[in-house]
Amino acid sequence: MDVLLLSRIQFALTAGFHFIFPPLSIGLGIFLIILEYKYIKTKEKMWENLVKFWIKIFALTFAVGVATGVVLEFEFGTNWERYSRFVGDVFGSPLAAEGVFAFFLESTFLGILVFGWNKVSSRTHFISTIMVAFGAHLSGLWILVANSWQQTPAGFHLVGQGLSMRAEIVDFWAMVFNPSTIQRFTHTIFASWTAAAFLFVSVNAYYLLKNRHKVMATKSIKIGAIVILITSLLMLMTGHFSSIEVAKYQPAKLAAFEGHWKTGPAGMYLLGWVNDSTEQTYGIAIPGMLSYLVDFDPSTPVKGLKDFAPADRPPVNATFQTYHIMIALGMFFILYGIYAVWISYTKKDYNIPKWFLIISLWAFILPHIAIQLGWISAEVGRQPWIVYGLLRTKDAYSMVLTSGEIWASLFMFTSIYIILFILYIYILLKKIKQGPEEVILIEGESK
Amino acid sequence: MILNIIWFILVAVLLTGYAVTDGYDLGVGIASLFLNKSEDKRLLMNAIGPHWDGNVVWLLTGGGALFAAFPQVYASVFSGLYLALMLVLLMIIIRGVSLEFRSKVESTNWSKTWEILFGISSLVLALLLGVALGNVAQGLPVDANREIYINLFQLLTPYPLLVGLLTVLLFTIHGTLFALNKTSNDLNLSLKQFFNKVYWIFFILYLLVTVATFLINKSMLNNINAFPIWYLVPIITILLIVFLPMQMKKSHFKMAFTFTFAITVLLMLMFAIGLFPNLVPSNINPAYSLDIYNASSSQTTLTVMLIIAIIGMPFVIGYTIWAHKVFKGKVKLDETSY
Repeated sequence: MDVLLLSRIQFALTAGFHFIFPPLSIGLGIFLIILEYKYIKTKEKMWENLVKFWIKIFALTFAVGVATGVVLEFEFGTNWERYSRFVGDVFGSPLAAEGVFAFFLESTFLGILVFGWNKVSSRTHFISTIMVAFGAHLSGLWILVANSWQQTPAGFHLVGQGLSMRAEIVDFWAMVFNPSTIQRFTHTIFASWTAAAFLFVSVNAYYLLKNRHKVMATKSIKIGAIVILITSLLMLMTGHFSSIEVAKYQPAKLAAFEGHWKTGPAGMYLLGWVNDSTEQTYGIAIPGMLSYLVDFDPSTPVKGLKDFAPADRPPVNATFQTYHIMIALGMFFILYGIYAVWISYTKKDYNIPKWFLIISLWAFILPHIAIQLGWISAEVGRQPWIVYGLLRTKDAYSMVLTSGEIWASLFMFTSIYIILFILYIYILLKKIKQGPEEVILIEGESK
Repeated sequence: MILNIIWFILVAVLLTGYAVTDGYDLGVGIASLFLNKSEDKRLLMNAIGPHWDGNVVWLLTGGGALFAAFPQVYASVFSGLYLALMLVLLMIIIRGVSLEFRSKVESTNWSKTWEILFGISSLVLALLLGVALGNVAQGLPVDANREIYINLFQLLTPYPLLVGLLTVLLFTIHGTLFALNKTSNDLNLSLKQFFNKVYWIFFILYLLVTVATFLINKSMLNNINAFPIWYLVPIITILLIVFLPMQMKKSHFKMAFTFTFAITVLLMLMFAIGLFPNLVPSNINPAYSLDIYNASSSQTTLTVMLIIAIIGMPFVIGYTIWAHKVFKGKVKLDETSY
């Protein structure tokens, strides 16, 4: 395999693996705020135990997130040297801003969160929790600013010729708020909240199935269900705004999302298969639906893939499938949210049906699949460009590297990440089985 | 063009911030290798527990700032030193998780494994970073296209190795002093004895690196010879090193820690002065060297970044100091410990 392909595989592997953890820490940050707020308001031991328990899960997730995130901070330079030279002037500042504004905040206050229970007042501890969650969101913002700039570059001009051509910033705020930043940031943040909410509900479903922590678990599921319902609806909304942006700024990606070959009114597939070589799409589609979603008119023509030179088209079937499975999962989250809210607020005495608890126990995997697939469809759909319309992926890698060197690092990352993943799951399950400290009710004493 | 100089200073400040903060927790890791009792190692890991994560961010932000301010250096050096950098990343990963994982399973083998991995990754990381600095000081084969073709073993020449060892020893005494401020009783005593042994190795290595710089790496002395006032920096450094044992005799561990803090800052300052205005001298042809002018971003980006730094860094320094104050005093183990 050549250096380019190996570098792409390595980036996909390291970024994909890293992307398991930040959504959880972003989302769990919100849950920590809710739980600690409840504790401060009610002073009930139950909430204290709960927040302490979830801080441990948070810290574990955060540690693996940091360890795997460090790699990405340097990987642009190591494997994508030409890219780094091309975008450094624009792309470097959001990364540096992430360090200055977000990383320091998160990690310093996390120290207070984990080790500071007996060192600071409960108010300072609560503020630290807010700071950690705020830092996690801020970090998400800056990294999505950088990534969105790759999708819809803005606020720059090109200088130099040929290999020494590079993008230089002319308007910082136009770069930060490029056409896709807001849509993609909000979509990702709500996805993160959903992922954490599903984990939150899953853990509590486990306790109910095991007849443990009944009061605690039922109250927790109520919180989680509401969050899932709200965020899954918000995801639908932000996803829609994202598609409108894609239609406007990345037409080839939009056409690939729906396997839309000939310019004209476009439908939306519920299920399908694209044959990239014969340029055909098979499946069940709602006619005119894509045109309607983009322009509120089912007859609006959408530019088809055949109007793009073959060299300018992304891999269509991969983009199509990842995009559609993500949407299907998103729809499932909405249905799940509606049912979860209904069942957890109407059933008394912990009577949530067993089948729903079993589904909930395993459902936490689904948002992760949706997140990974959504990200793949966004990045694969951007191909063949590394910076949309400006720089091709094939022109962006480090030519000084040999394939032997990347094989070595790829082997290293693959093995260490497999080990890390197994250990993370092992410790996570162990913590969950241990559970929060049980509140012991003494007869006659109110809790 | 003043912005280029400011950003040279700021990148140096970030890397110095890394050296003085993560320096002590890498040193704590190295020192832990020389302790016998698992309980003692655990205490040391918890002494840096609330801080190491924030400390490593100095390196991350340094990397981000390098990308933003001097993208040509970020691209050339990181791709050129590929495998060395991959090893650095591996060590950072192992180190981070070994702290988090150590006490998550109650088993002697489990905790011993993570203690050893924590110690070794600290040692190797300090060595690699020092070797990298040594290579930059010595110059790298930057060619006309700003590409660096060098393999892992070609990086391991005598001068960088000496600088690497000096870094290991500097961090070791810095970390041992941090640990001395955090511990008491028997552990305190064994750390003190450990310090007395490694101090001399550090002292000898410092002299060796100084002599080697004068003999084989003269270009690092151009600036200081042009402005002899800078000779104050090495003079103060050597005075601090010489008077360090006195503080130890009086058991003034806080003052001694301040000394190694200052020594680290001064050594980084010496390195920066020696390099200026180069960032990566080329040993193929001095004209190919990457310097603060030909490797920098546009003036607009440097201005924007400066504003970001001016807004952000005072907060960072403020709450970092606050967090250290919250956890001042001897470390005790409780249910929240690693």
